[in-house]
Amino acid sequence: MIKLDKLSKIFETPGGGTVTAADKVTMEVPEGEICVLLGPSGCGKTTTLKMINGLIPKTSGKIHVAGRDTDDVDPVALRRSIGYVIQQIGLFPNMTIEDNISVVPDLLGWDRKKSRARAGELLELVNLDPGIFLKRFPKELSGGQQQRVGVIRALAADPPVLLMDEPFGAIDPINRAVIQDEFLKMQKELRKTIAFVSHDIDEAIKMGDKIAIFKDGILEQYDSPDDLLARPKNDFIASFLGSDRTLKRLSLLKVSDVMISSQIRVVAQDPVAKARDLMKEAGHKNVVMVGPRGRARGFLHLNDILDETGRVEEHFQALPTTVHPDDDLRTAVSRMFRHDTTWLACVDDDGFFQGFVTQRAISHALGATYRDHADHAPAEAL
Amino acid sequence: MSIRDTMNSDNVRSKAIFALGLVFGIGLMAGEKGYFGDIWRLYSEDIIYLAQQHLVLVLVSSGLAIMVGVPVGIFLSRDRVQRYSETVLQVFNIGTTIPTLAILALSITLLGIGFTPAVFGLWIATLLPIVRNTFQGLREVPAHLKEAATGMGMKPLHILRSVELPNALYVIFAGIRTAVAVNVGTVPLAFLIGGGGLGELIFTGIDLNDMQMLLAGAIPVAALSMLADYILARAQFWLIPRGVNPLRQ
Repeated sequence: MIKLDKLSKIFETPGGGTVTAADKVTMEVPEGEICVLLGPSGCGKTTTLKMINGLIPKTSGKIHVAGRDTDDVDPVALRRSIGYVIQQIGLFPNMTIEDNISVVPDLLGWDRKKSRARAGELLELVNLDPGIFLKRFPKELSGGQQQRVGVIRALAADPPVLLMDEPFGAIDPINRAVIQDEFLKMQKELRKTIAFVSHDIDEAIKMGDKIAIFKDGILEQYDSPDDLLARPKNDFIASFLGSDRTLKRLSLLKVSDVMISSQIRVVAQDPVAKARDLMKEAGHKNVVMVGPRGRARGFLHLNDILDETGRVEEHFQALPTTVHPDDDLRTAVSRMFRHDTTWLACVDDDGFFQGFVTQRAISHALGATYRDHADHAPAEAL
Repeated sequence: MSIRDTMNSDNVRSKAIFALGLVFGIGLMAGEKGYFGDIWRLYSEDIIYLAQQHLVLVLVSSGLAIMVGVPVGIFLSRDRVQRYSETVLQVFNIGTTIPTLAILALSITLLGIGFTPAVFGLWIATLLPIVRNTFQGLREVPAHLKEAATGMGMKPLHILRSVELPNALYVIFAGIRTAVAVNVGTVPLAFLIGGGGLGELIFTGIDLNDMQMLLAGAIPVAALSMLADYILARAQFWLIPRGVNPLRQ
């Protein structure tokens, strides 16, 4: 857990003036969560982060890390107990990967065998073969590989708290998305308490359990990504999040959140009439045809079979595309637009039909938060 | 592949030079009747004796220069003395701006003649490249490496030892190589202030217009400087960690 209490930093400028880089920042990162510090350059997010491990001395206020007041802890000991990842990665070029990962364990005086074995385990955690990479030097790794090593180096001594300063800022977008996903997967098991600086709103939404938006040293809003996007507190936050902020919420919601799980389905041998009746009964325009064990095989559209007879297998069309219940809505909407359709069938890993998702359900879900609070914000309800 | 090629050609070149030197040496020793044989017969005792003196001068003066230059360079590169470091480096600069002969002459006035003023003069002439490169090398260590090291809980001395120095080592070594090359080339002048060394044969040879005596001094001086550079190059190759050594891929 990280707790900041009225944390301030005032820099003196050479001209004799002062700059307030952080102004009475009060916030708490609950145990096991990722908090993204977000804002434009010079907003104080990095300063705030670096005050936590004492790289920048604070002017006033209190910092608690893992239950301890940082004033009561020797800064060197404090830093060894906090994982630290920087944008430039900062792997030491003169050390092998194994030595780089073991920097903090070595500082803590761990047994060499134990720390080197740990380095190997950590490499496996990010899908790098220890046999190949342990003895290599940083320059022999690609940017993405270096970034992964930078992250696991911070995990080497298993610190409860991690500080990450734009850790994925220096890699190309494709690799970045992959590493972000890997990291989230790791975090699911590791449950570290993480303060994460970013200037990328999309990264913040993806990575953060909570987002803290800074402007001119002031913490403007501290909320979950969904609340932040649904209800920005002021114009600055609204404009920083972008006019498409409602669309950004698409990537926060999963298909399963809006999926209508449906037992309505037909099989190939069913008569068309049965399909027609099912659709009319449920008020649906389409029905999915499944195989004998429930795998989605195709669909029938009501208008196409109004006057048809025979069996389903004579009239069905192939499904243009499907989504997985774990996909985010952004993916779902994108597929709908791509195939010019207003609904998608949801299938699981094995292709079994789970239900379907419609454009209406999606726009309803996005709008729901606004309606819930219509009493408090009538203007937005209009 | 291309890296391997350049390494190979480097290797070939140094082997060729070594072979040439060997042939030269054999010719010197074995060709008792030849020109070089003549020189060796006449001056072998002098060459061995003076070469020893020469080596002592090189080792003592450049050793002292390294022992002083590297720590001074480290000190100047520390953040809290940054403001003064350029000024101090200018003072060291004077050491190279003034001709070495003048420094040697000046050191007579302080220390008289003989071994001590010679070492002192050489030491001054050798110091700057070492201080300058140590300073520069350490300043060029990227700030984010130091930040990462501090952020992980390393103490300043530890950062210097295991992050800054290893990453600056290549530049520092380059400075030492330059310094030693300057040093070996300057040592013959030490003779002029009574410091001894192979300069004795060279300058006496010039004075007497004795070509053989001159070569008896000049050839070993050339061989020594090649040898010194070769040894330092090997040291540079092997002592600097592979991760920060552009020579080793």
